[in-house]
Amino acid sequence: MSILELRKVSKVYGEGETEVDALTDIDLSVERGSLVAIMGPSGSGKSTLLTIAGSLEEPTNGDVIINGSRVQGMSRNDKARLRRRTVGYVFQDFNLLAGLTAVENVSLPLELDGVPMKKAQAKGMAALEELGLADRAQSYPDQLSGGERQRVAIARAVVGERSLLLADEPSGALDSVNGESVMRMILAACHGGIAAVVVTHDAKLASWADRVVFLRDGKAVDETLPPPTPEELLNPDVPKPSLP
Amino acid sequence: MSIRHSLLALLSEGPKYGFQLRQEFEASTGEVWPLNVGQVYTTLQRLERDGLAESDDVEADERQKNYRITDLGDRELAHWLRTPPDLTHPPRDELVIKVLVASRLPDVDVYDVIQVHRRYLVQLMQQWTRLKEDESNLDLAFALAVDAELFRLDSVVRWLDSADGRLRRAYLESSTSPTHVTEVLPRIRRRNGAHQ
Repeated sequence: MSILELRKVSKVYGEGETEVDALTDIDLSVERGSLVAIMGPSGSGKSTLLTIAGSLEEPTNGDVIINGSRVQGMSRNDKARLRRRTVGYVFQDFNLLAGLTAVENVSLPLELDGVPMKKAQAKGMAALEELGLADRAQSYPDQLSGGERQRVAIARAVVGERSLLLADEPSGALDSVNGESVMRMILAACHGGIAAVVVTHDAKLASWADRVVFLRDGKAVDETLPPPTPEELLNPDVPKPSLP
Repeated sequence: MSIRHSLLALLSEGPKYGFQLRQEFEASTGEVWPLNVGQVYTTLQRLERDGLAESDDVEADERQKNYRITDLGDRELAHWLRTPPDLTHPPRDELVIKVLVASRLPDVDVYDVIQVHRRYLVQLMQQWTRLKEDESNLDLAFALAVDAELFRLDSVVRWLDSADGRLRRAYLESSTSPTHVTEVLPRIRRRNGAHQ
């Protein structure tokens, strides 16, 4: 089942002579359990695509469907609820609140949604445990390394019953080993049943995805072929990577 | 990958029998670089001949001989580890040539050519990345070798991205036509030695 579906989504900024087509006719479907990377150069529309997919911004044309519900036409309250309960965001710069511990940061979206504090923190702790961060639960952001902070941000994005994770250059500020563990976590969250979209210009990060969509001038121009099935992997005629 | 220096490296851990060296060599490199293991014994003979390894068991065959590294062997190993491979002459890269040719041909969309190669490289990178997905089962040497390949492929993708950007800028800056872009190419080609 598709968690996220974009149908013919376009976004135009400005009017008349200053009009800019940020996105044109984007079709994208992200299934439960899958990780899709959107790759493209700066200015190709990656971040716009992500904010529209997360209902933070309205498309000029087209439909955004999250968990089967069309986002356009929802009331402000319904949209806010969708953002709190269903969608988790991860940004390049972590966005953790400095005055709260890791577990408080992770459980905050639940508390804002009206979940009692104890219950919210129990769920926050469960998310941290699942992502191997239980021992950092009581640390404040400035006591965590960059890699740990981003992993806490991912725990916050998937806490509770979230089904869609949207990440904008999630390891942009990290070295490659920490970047890899961030992608590993996002992949683990996908295996746990959510859908994720990661936008990046970094092919090493994108290569963790099941599918990579290439964006250029606001258009989805190409995408990778589906990965080989186990049968294909066992077939000697299918070429496999080999070290030189 | 040098069998000679791999064997010296194994011997630098302590004296070993020939058959043991063969087993360890196979275990340490077989998964990553499948090499001709049959060369292990002939290489051991040469190490002994060159004074880089020695053995007291003069009569025994290579399998039963107990080898140890000599001082000269230690020095040779240290020298080899710190000697950078010759990277001064860039390899003639088929992909670079293809993009250069595509950028000259008026009926070919060079961006499309770039994208075909970009997609292929990212797909290869996905296959490599999948091999290190299971962290609990990841052999360290294998992970390092896979990383090296990923970084190599990544550098090619980045070159394609930069070529894409450079060609676009050149195209935008030329108020006339895309032929402007091709005018600068013969010079670039000469510098790369691609005309040979």
